Amino acid sequence: MDTRKEKFPYGIPGHNLSEIEREIPIEEPPVWPINDKLKIIGKRVNRIDAVDKVTGKAKYTSDMKLPGMLYAKMLRSKVPHAAIKSIDISEAKSLAGVHAIYLIENTQKEGEEKNNGKFPMVKYVGQPLGGVAADSLEIAKDAISLIKVNYEEKPFVIDLEAAMEMDAPIVFDVPITRQADGGDVGEVHDGSKGQGNVRGPSTSSFFGGPRGDLEQGFNEADIIVEKTYRTQVQTHMPLETHGVVVDWRPDMMMVYASTQNTNAVRNEMASIFGLPKSKVRVVCDFMGGGFGAKHSAGSFGPMAANLSKKTGRPVWLMMDRQEEHIAEGNRPNSIQYLKIGAKKNGTLTAIQQRSHGTAGVGLGAGVGRIAQVLYPCPNFATEQYDVLTNAGPGAAWRAPGNVQGAFGLEQAIDEMAEKLNMDPLKYRDLIDKSEVRKIERQRGAKLFNWSRRQPAGSGKGLVKKGLGVGQSTWPRFVTLDSSVEVKIHNDGGVEIRSSVQDIGTGTKTILAQVVAEELGLQVNDITVNIGDTFFPVGPGSGGSVVTGSITPPTRNAAFEAKTALLKLVAKKWETDSSELFIENGQVGSKKDANLKMPFKEATKLMRTSQISKIASRSDDYGGFQQPWGLAYGDLGSVQFAEVSVNTDTGFVKVDKIVAAHSCGRPLNIGQLESQINGGVIQGISYALYENRIMDTGTGHMMNANVDQYKVPYSMEIPEIETLIVEEYSALSSTDAYGIGEPANIATAAAVANAVYNAIGVRLHEIPITPSSILKALNKVS
Amino acid sequence: MNKFSWYEATSIEDALQQVNKTVSEELYQSTNNAAVFKSGGIDVFDWVKEGLINPQKIINIRNIPGLDVISYDAKDGLRIGSNVTLAEMASNSDIKNHYLALHQAINHAATPQLRNMSTLGGNIAQRNRCWYFRSADHQCFRKSGDRCFARHSETGENENHAIIDNGSCVSLHASSISTALMAFNASVVIVNSKGEKKKVLMDDFFVSAGQDIAMETILQAKEIITEIVLPAPSKNTKSYYIKQVARESYDWSLGDVAVVIETSGDTCKSASIVLGAAAPVPYRSVQAQQAMEKKSINNTNAMAAAEAAMSVARPLSKNGYKVPLFKSIISEAILKIT
Ligand SMILES: Cc1cc2nc3c(=O)[nH]c(=O)nc-3n(C[C@H](O)[C@H](O)[C@H](O)COP(=O)(O)OP(=O)(O)OC[C@H]3O[C@@H](n4cnc5c(N)ncnc54)[C@H](O)[C@@H]3O)c2cc1C
Repeated sequence: MDTRKEKFPYGIPGHNLSEIEREIPIEEPPVWPINDKLKIIGKRVNRIDAVDKVTGKAKYTSDMKLPGMLYAKMLRSKVPHAAIKSIDISEAKSLAGVHAIYLIENTQKEGEEKNNGKFPMVKYVGQPLGGVAADSLEIAKDAISLIKVNYEEKPFVIDLEAAMEMDAPIVFDVPITRQADGGDVGEVHDGSKGQGNVRGPSTSSFFGGPRGDLEQGFNEADIIVEKTYRTQVQTHMPLETHGVVVDWRPDMMMVYASTQNTNAVRNEMASIFGLPKSKVRVVCDFMGGGFGAKHSAGSFGPMAANLSKKTGRPVWLMMDRQEEHIAEGNRPNSIQYLKIGAKKNGTLTAIQQRSHGTAGVGLGAGVGRIAQVLYPCPNFATEQYDVLTNAGPGAAWRAPGNVQGAFGLEQAIDEMAEKLNMDPLKYRDLIDKSEVRKIERQRGAKLFNWSRRQPAGSGKGLVKKGLGVGQSTWPRFVTLDSSVEVKIHNDGGVEIRSSVQDIGTGTKTILAQVVAEELGLQVNDITVNIGDTFFPVGPGSGGSVVTGSITPPTRNAAFEAKTALLKLVAKKWETDSSELFIENGQVGSKKDANLKMPFKEATKLMRTSQISKIASRSDDYGGFQQPWGLAYGDLGSVQFAEVSVNTDTGFVKVDKIVAAHSCGRPLNIGQLESQINGGVIQGISYALYENRIMDTGTGHMMNANVDQYKVPYSMEIPEIETLIVEEYSALSSTDAYGIGEPANIATAAAVANAVYNAIGVRLHEIPITPSSILKALNKVS
Repeated sequence: MNKFSWYEATSIEDALQQVNKTVSEELYQSTNNAAVFKSGGIDVFDWVKEGLINPQKIINIRNIPGLDVISYDAKDGLRIGSNVTLAEMASNSDIKNHYLALHQAINHAATPQLRNMSTLGGNIAQRNRCWYFRSADHQCFRKSGDRCFARHSETGENENHAIIDNGSCVSLHASSISTALMAFNASVVIVNSKGEKKKVLMDDFFVSAGQDIAMETILQAKEIITEIVLPAPSKNTKSYYIKQVARESYDWSLGDVAVVIETSGDTCKSASIVLGAAAPVPYRSVQAQQAMEKKSINNTNAMAAAEAAMSVARPLSKNGYKVPLFKSIISEAILKIT
C-alpha cells in the first residue's frame, strides 16, 4: 500500500492541541484542519429533511400505501407459559375481508425445548403465534379476536428474584441460543452454563477479562463501599412502532421497514426465505425512532412476507402500542452488587461487580463495561448473569448494559468520595485518567457552578435542592463494512448513496455536510439518497458507529470524485490538477487567480453522465485496538444534575442538566445538541418515570400504553446545557464519531447522586418516585 | 372493533327514548345490544376500544341544545350544563372568582387536548381507574369477575390505588374535578325518561363499592345528567385545591384535595374537605372537617386535621406513601386559606 505522511491536529483545542504525524494511504484526502478553519463542518447546519418532517411530507413506513395493499395483525399469546393444544381459525377464516391467515409452526429450532406439538411453546404474554391479512386493519383485528387458541398452561415466573430461586418454574429446560443483544459485555456466554433460570456468567468483554487479584486488592483497601443497586425494565417506546410493508413480487421482495439496519433486515429476509441478497430490497426513508430495538426483521418481517406470498399482495404490518411494549424489546433490569476498595488517599484498589438481570426469554441482561474501564483499577472482576423469565425479550437499548452499569458504579464512586471526605468531582479528578473528561469536568463545573454544592441533606425547608455528577465512557466502534457512493452528475448535481439509514439522528445532513465541505459547495447542493439496500452497504445504526464508520469513506469518495473532475478541468486549462481547488462553487487555481469555472460548468466536461466513486471504510490511521474496528480512545462524558425534592410529597424535579460530551471532531453542533438533549431526557425518564409494571400473578404488563408507562413531557424536561469538547485524534479523514449512546449513560446516576445530595439519603434503586423518596425518608409506616 | 350505529340525539327526551344501558351496566352484563350515551366520548370510547363493551348504538348527546351553558348568580350560585367542556369551565371568570378550588381542579385535570373534548357530565359519570379494571385480560369484581387482582398482597400492582374505603374495590374515581365540586356542596341535576327531575347532592350521587360493585354513581340507564349546580359561597368562604402528581405535564392524581372553608377572621367557621384519588369515589373527610371546625387556621391545626383525615387510611401493599403525601397536601391546602 502506498502511503504518505501528513501532520494532523491532535488533542483538545484550548487545552493541549498539538500535531501528530500519521502515515496514511496515498489516495486519502489531505488533512482537515480543526473545525474553526472549516466552512461547513462543525457548524450549526439545519437538518436537510427538517421541513419535510415538520410539514408531514416525510413518509414513514406506516404511511406506506401500495395498490392492493392488505393490512395485517399478529396473533399473540394471552398466557405466559403454555403448550398450544390447538388453534381454531375457522371463524376468522370465514370473516368477510380476510385474505390469509398464517400460523407460526413448531420448527424445533436449536435452543428450543422438545415439543412434539404443531405449534411452538408459549413462553411469554405477547409471543407471536400467527397473523391475519385483511382488507382493513379493523377486519384483521376482528379476525384475530375470532381465533381460538387452546392452551395447556404451565407454571411461569415473571419476577427476577423469584426466577433465581432454585424451585422456580423453569422457563427453558435447555440451553438457549436466542441471543438478544440486551446487555452485551462483549464475550457473552452462550446460555448453556448455569442452573435453573440463571445462566452465565459473562466475565469478560472485548476489553479483556478479570484483572489482578480481588482479594489482595480488598486487603490493600482502607475503605470499602459495598452496595446493591437496582434498575427497572425500560421499554423503548419509539414514536413509530416496529413494522414493515412487504411486497413480495414474482421477481423480488420489496420491504419497507422501520429499521436501524436496512442491510441486516435484507440479509435476514434473504436468508429466511432462501433468496439471493440481490432479490431483496429494503428501504427506510424516514424513521420514527428505534433506540436499539430495530436492528432485525423481527417476527413481523417474516410474517408480513409469508402473508404477502400467500396473497400475492403487499402487506402492511405495524405493531400497536401494546405489542410494542410487551414484545418488541426492552432494557433488562438489574440487581448489581458492587464492592469497591480504596486507599485512604483515594486510590482504587479493587472493584468487584456481580449482576443479575432478566431480558425475559432472551439473553443479554448484563450491565456493560463501565465498571471495567471507566477508572483504571488494578484488581477487577465481574460476573454478569442472565436470568430467564416469562416475559418479552430484551433488545439493545441506547448504550445497552452500560446505562444500568453506570447507575451502580457512579453512585458507588460518589459513596466512596463521601467516605473519603472528598468532593465527588475532585475525587474523579484523582482516579479518572481520561484527559477529555478532565476538561469536561473543568468546563462543566464552571458552567454548572458546581462550587455552590452544599453538604448532603443540609438544605432547609421542605423542598431541598441537590447537585450531583455522573460520568461515562463509550467505546469508539467502527463498522468496516461501510461503503458509500458519491456521484457527480453532468448537470452539476451531486448525489450520495448508501444503504445506511438516518434513524432521526441527522445522518443525511452530516453526509451532505462532509461532501459539501470537500467539494466546496453548499449543503443544499447535495442530494442524499440513503436507507436503500440497492446502494452500497452502510453500517447499522447501533453502537453509535454510524458517523465514525460512514463519514470517512464519504469524504474519501467525494475527494476521489473531485480529483477526477479536476483532472478534466486541468486538461482544459492545460495545467496540473493538483493546482486546482473548488471553493464557493467555483473551480479555481492556486497559481492563476484569473482561472475560474463554476462547478456546474466543470461537470459539463465529463465524457459520461456522471463520475461515480465508491469508497469503503479504511482502517484507522495508526490501526485499531481490536482489528474488527474497536478504535483507540473513547467517547467520554460528564453530566451534572440539579434537582429539587419535596420531602413531604416525595415529588422530584430535575431543574437543570449540564451535559459535557466529546465525540472526536464534532460535525454539526445543532444535531449534536439534539442528540444530547434526547439522551439526557431519556436518562431522566429512566431515573424518574419509566417502569414496565408486570403483574406477577398473570404475567401481563399492566401499563402497556403511553398513559401509564410514563415518559417525560415538556414540563419534566429541565434546562439542558450542552458542552461539546472537540477532541482530535487523527484516526480518519473526518476524525468524527457518534454521540447517540454516550448521551444517555451518565444521566440516571447524576440524578440519583443529586437526589442524595438533596435529601441526605441514598436511593439505590430506580425509578425514583414519590413513593421511594417518602420511604427513604422513613415517612411511610 | 365491533360496528355500532350512531344516533344523533336532538333533545333530552329523544336521548332518553333511545338509551337502554349505562356503560356501567353494560360492562357488568355484556349484553352486546346496549345503546349508551356519549358526550365528549373520551371515556366511553376507551371502553369500546379496549373491547370491554360492544354497544350496538352510541347516542351522541353532545349536540343537544341547552346543555352547554354556565351561569352564575350571587344568590343562587353556579349552574353548569352537563355538556360544558372542561376547557370552557377553565376559562370561565365566575368560576375563577367565586370557586377558586374548582378552577384549580379543572386546570390540573387531564391535558389541554382532553379538556377541549371532555364534558362535565361525562367527567363525573366516567368509570374508575385501575389498570386491572380497564384490562380486557383481567376479570375483576367490577366486571362480574371473581377476584380483585390489585388487592393481592403479593402480586397486586397497587401503587396508585385507594387507601380509604378500599374493602370491596381498590380502584380510584378519576374525576379530580369532583373533588372540588363535592367540596363546594355541588348537586347533580338528573332527568329521567318520565320527565321527572331530581337534584342529588354529590355526596349522594357517588356510590361506594361496598354498596354496589357494578357502578360508582346512582345513575340509571333511563337517566341523564343535565346540570351540576353549586350553591353561592358566603362572603367569607375561601377555597383551595392541590393535586399531587409524579409528573407535572399531565398525570393522574396520586392524591388531591379540595378545601372550602368559611372563615371568621383567622378562624374556620365550617370546613368542607374532600379527597380525590384516596377512595373508589371522591371522599369527604368528616374527620378533617371536624378537626378544623371552630379552630384557628394555623400550622398545628392544619396538621391535626391532616392526621385526622388519614386516621381512616388502610394502605395496600404498595401505596403506603400516599398517607404522608395526603397529610402534606391536606395541611398545605388548609394553610392556603387565609
Ligand atoms: C389520559 C387521561 C387523563 C385524564 N386525567 C384526568 C384528570 O386528571 N382529572 C379528571 O377529572 N379526569 C381526567 N381524565 C378523565 C376525563 O376527564 C374524562 O374521561 C372525561 O371528562 C369524560 O368526559 P366525556 O365528555 O368525554 O365523557 P364520555 O366519554 O362521553 O362519557 C363518559 C361516561 O358518562 C356518560 N355520560 C356522559 N354524559 C352524560 C350525561 N349527561 N348524563 C348521563 N351520563 C352521561 C357516558 O355514557 C359514559 O359512560 C383523564 C382522561 C384521560 C384519557
